Amino acid sequence: MDFQFFGETILILSAGIPLTLTLASLSVFIGIFIAIGIASARLWGPVWMQKIARFYLFVFRGTPLLVQIFIIYYGLGQFEAIRDSAAWIVLREPFWCAVLALALNTGAYGSEIVRGGLLSVPQGQIEAARACGMSPRLGFMRIILPQAVRQALPAYGNELILLCKATSLASIITLMEITGLAAKLISETYRVIEVFAAAGLIYLAINFILTRIVSFTDYRLTAHLRPASEVLLEIDENLTGANP
Amino acid sequence: MDTPGFFELMSFGPEGWAPALLRAAMMTLAIAATGYVIGSTLGAFLAWGKVSGGRVIRGFAETYTTVLRGIPDLLVIYLFYFGGSLLLTKIMRGLGGEGFFDLPGFAAGSIAIGVVSAAQHTEVFRGAYRAVTPGEIEAAVAMGMARPTLFRRIILPLTARHALPGMGNVWQITLKESALVSVTGVVELVRQAQIGAGSTRQPFYFFFASAVLFLVITWISGLVLNRAERHFSRGLER
Repeated sequence: MDFQFFGETILILSAGIPLTLTLASLSVFIGIFIAIGIASARLWGPVWMQKIARFYLFVFRGTPLLVQIFIIYYGLGQFEAIRDSAAWIVLREPFWCAVLALALNTGAYGSEIVRGGLLSVPQGQIEAARACGMSPRLGFMRIILPQAVRQALPAYGNELILLCKATSLASIITLMEITGLAAKLISETYRVIEVFAAAGLIYLAINFILTRIVSFTDYRLTAHLRPASEVLLEIDENLTGANP
Repeated sequence: MDTPGFFELMSFGPEGWAPALLRAAMMTLAIAATGYVIGSTLGAFLAWGKVSGGRVIRGFAETYTTVLRGIPDLLVIYLFYFGGSLLLTKIMRGLGGEGFFDLPGFAAGSIAIGVVSAAQHTEVFRGAYRAVTPGEIEAAVAMGMARPTLFRRIILPLTARHALPGMGNVWQITLKESALVSVTGVVELVRQAQIGAGSTRQPFYFFFASAVLFLVITWISGLVLNRAERHFSRGLER
């Protein structure tokens, strides 16, 4: 392995990091709304909405992401009605097609995680909130939501990593993110091992940071599960700004 | 009407692409199945290494799963497709061959998919093994079973039962992952849809048809897996 070339490759591929991160964060942002919508439809919607939500899951979890991307990017342009509509401004851009496909896809997988989180809150807690005189809305905000988030976070962290990896498919529709640059570099230099190692290292670094952020958030959210002494120490630190 | 409609394109008639798409679906199944077999075999060894290997083997298995779950599968496919061809060319040149040798996309693709799914299999097998309670193993030892018998009669069936749902998940993931092998030029469902879309200029119809075929495959797989799960957990209290 040629280390000088490896170093240069890392620099070249780093140019793709912003696009990878933008794709990932935009689709997570949109995807979480889809996930909450689908999960609510399945949990509390009327029967026809539950059916639509289940069909949505069946379709998006049963087909490959690549096919979804192709249908949106290449497929929709087949129809004149779409080419003439205002949506075409978005749908003719490979970037927005990738974001749309990723968001719809992670929305489907995420909705199961959200649903699991919401279902994990014991019925007794919800009844207790009602008995304390909380309105269903207040009870949801103060009792159900915080516990559901805590429960769903680790699984959602996994989904974030999967999504980060999935952004690599955007390279197939011409977007030059990390994998796109790597493929280009491989076909130019034919130095597969170095380019692969460099791209892999960048992805591993991104996912490592992501895991740390998720587990730190999880740590902060689960103070009540840790031994009292540890938590008291932390409170002390926060108050005095120093370790006593 | 100058352009053929959806049903005309997807028929078995002279203009129809149905035979080609069904052949492509078979190719998708073949890639996924080959990758799955490679992955489960490799995964079984890695899980064994994680459970009862020494420090070096455990470290290797640990690194393998961490790395392969952290990098995109598309990158792994590129590695095996381009890297495999380079390696093959080197070997063939060493043997006195001339020119450039391409590793067939099918081989590169299914090996890449297998290597990726091996990481997932490892976690499934390890989790399943840990679900076998020490009491069950102790009981077998107390009955005087030798290690091979213990493994064959107690550990293997119990692990298999616990592993089945996870293995089913990995199969469904592998199936969808096989779509990525289209970048190597193997004519599976996605590649066939691209070819059809290119020659008829009706991309939506073709990608829609391939999506439907994928749905049919995953749906049938799901039904079979459900039955298998019920079959292997009969005799369990619910």
